[in-house]
Amino acid sequence: MKYLDEYRNPRLAKSILEEIRRIQTRPWVIMEVCGGQTHSIVKHGLDRMLPEGIELVHGPGCPVCVTPLDMIDKAHAIAARPDVIFCSFGDMLRVPGSHGDLFTLKSQGADIRVVYSPLDCLKIASANPDKQIVFFAIGFETTAPANAMLVHRAKQDGVKNVSVLVSHSLVPPSITYILQSPQNRVQGFLGPGHVCAIMGYREYEPVSERYKVPIVITGFEPLDLLQGTLMVVRQLEAGTYTTENQYSRILDREGNVPARKLVNSVFEVTDRRWRGVGWIPKSGYKLRWEYRDHDAEKIFEVKEIDTQEPAICISGQILKGIKKPHDCPAFGTMCTPLTPLGATMVSAEGACAAYYAYGRHLDKQKAEAAAAHPVA
Amino acid sequence: MCLAIPGKVLEEFDRGGMRMAKVQFGGIVREASLDYTPEAKVGDYVLVHVGFAISTVDAEEAERTYQLLEEMDQLTELQAPVVDEVSARKRQ
Repeated sequence: MKYLDEYRNPRLAKSILEEIRRIQTRPWVIMEVCGGQTHSIVKHGLDRMLPEGIELVHGPGCPVCVTPLDMIDKAHAIAARPDVIFCSFGDMLRVPGSHGDLFTLKSQGADIRVVYSPLDCLKIASANPDKQIVFFAIGFETTAPANAMLVHRAKQDGVKNVSVLVSHSLVPPSITYILQSPQNRVQGFLGPGHVCAIMGYREYEPVSERYKVPIVITGFEPLDLLQGTLMVVRQLEAGTYTTENQYSRILDREGNVPARKLVNSVFEVTDRRWRGVGWIPKSGYKLRWEYRDHDAEKIFEVKEIDTQEPAICISGQILKGIKKPHDCPAFGTMCTPLTPLGATMVSAEGACAAYYAYGRHLDKQKAEAAAAHPVA
Repeated sequence: MCLAIPGKVLEEFDRGGMRMAKVQFGGIVREASLDYTPEAKVGDYVLVHVGFAISTVDAEEAERTYQLLEEMDQLTELQAPVVDEVSARKRQ
């Protein structure tokens, strides 16, 4: 397809890799922020093609992964009600809460439906006037305009039986959080292309400036990711630290102005808890007061639920780029996509799940076998 | 989750005051809202995420970025060490 196939050209990928090799003089640690980028990097093996010393670490930008456990438990509590049709993006259904996942709840008779778009909830609402339709509004800035439009339409059209359970996260506060960590290793970022398609990249510029860190807003195709890496390495080698845009065919500095306008009218910024990480100030959205009639947390009065993550899980350190999936003793053994222990294994875009999907747990087992029976 | 795919706008229509489109992704056609891309018209490529076009693909920029990569490729070829096949064979 146009604008897709071209950016997968292996010949050009090779020449970008050669250029990175040519200009690199020392090791650098670069974080790709978005889970979609992580998935693409691991799928195409791009991290293994890069010259030694260019290390890609995987960021917190998988919204399914970082949706906190207590929010999933709230989703369970609401979805279990007989008067509710609970709607969600498909990838949330397998995420385990304290008492299993939404799929299991569905198999036990709860009316839980996977939707392609939040707007599908309006159709379901008009077909089921005696039911409460609750949408699990998760995501980063990319998804906020779609979720905001559902709430906006429901209020405007007087659709009273539609509400949203909001767990929205924002990328720039998570980047700042990583950079402020005393253990931080990240020296440059591949910025999240589709988040910036909405938000533009103005808010990344002061982060580059303050923390002296290059940020290159990058797309998702192999050539995008390699070119973004080259742009970061160029800056690191030159000692510069600006926010640049690799993904100019999709976005500019301002992002999508009509989308941002509606998002700001429906949502306001709030503190959010990130699964595996903890509370990050001003790192999410909640509904504005004017939309309280469509706020599922208020309608169903779900209580704060105290939840605990398994102690063995190191997903918090993986999300901050401090560790990698292979550093975890449970990776690929106790913890797999079918039995995930924490944030980075619960969604296909999590670093651990991506490593698992493309067989990298096997490398570890082979490596261990080799270590146990070394060839003399 | 933030997956967004470029597709071609085939036709526009109105649904309850929303500007909608049929968008073609390879062999698949799906509906998407054009409310956030007022500039998009039939024939354009839009980037679609959960039923919403969030950006119009800038064909000129796509071309420009790709051109830059092509130029770098040509440059890399020029910079590559010339393999002297005769002496390589001799070394063998």
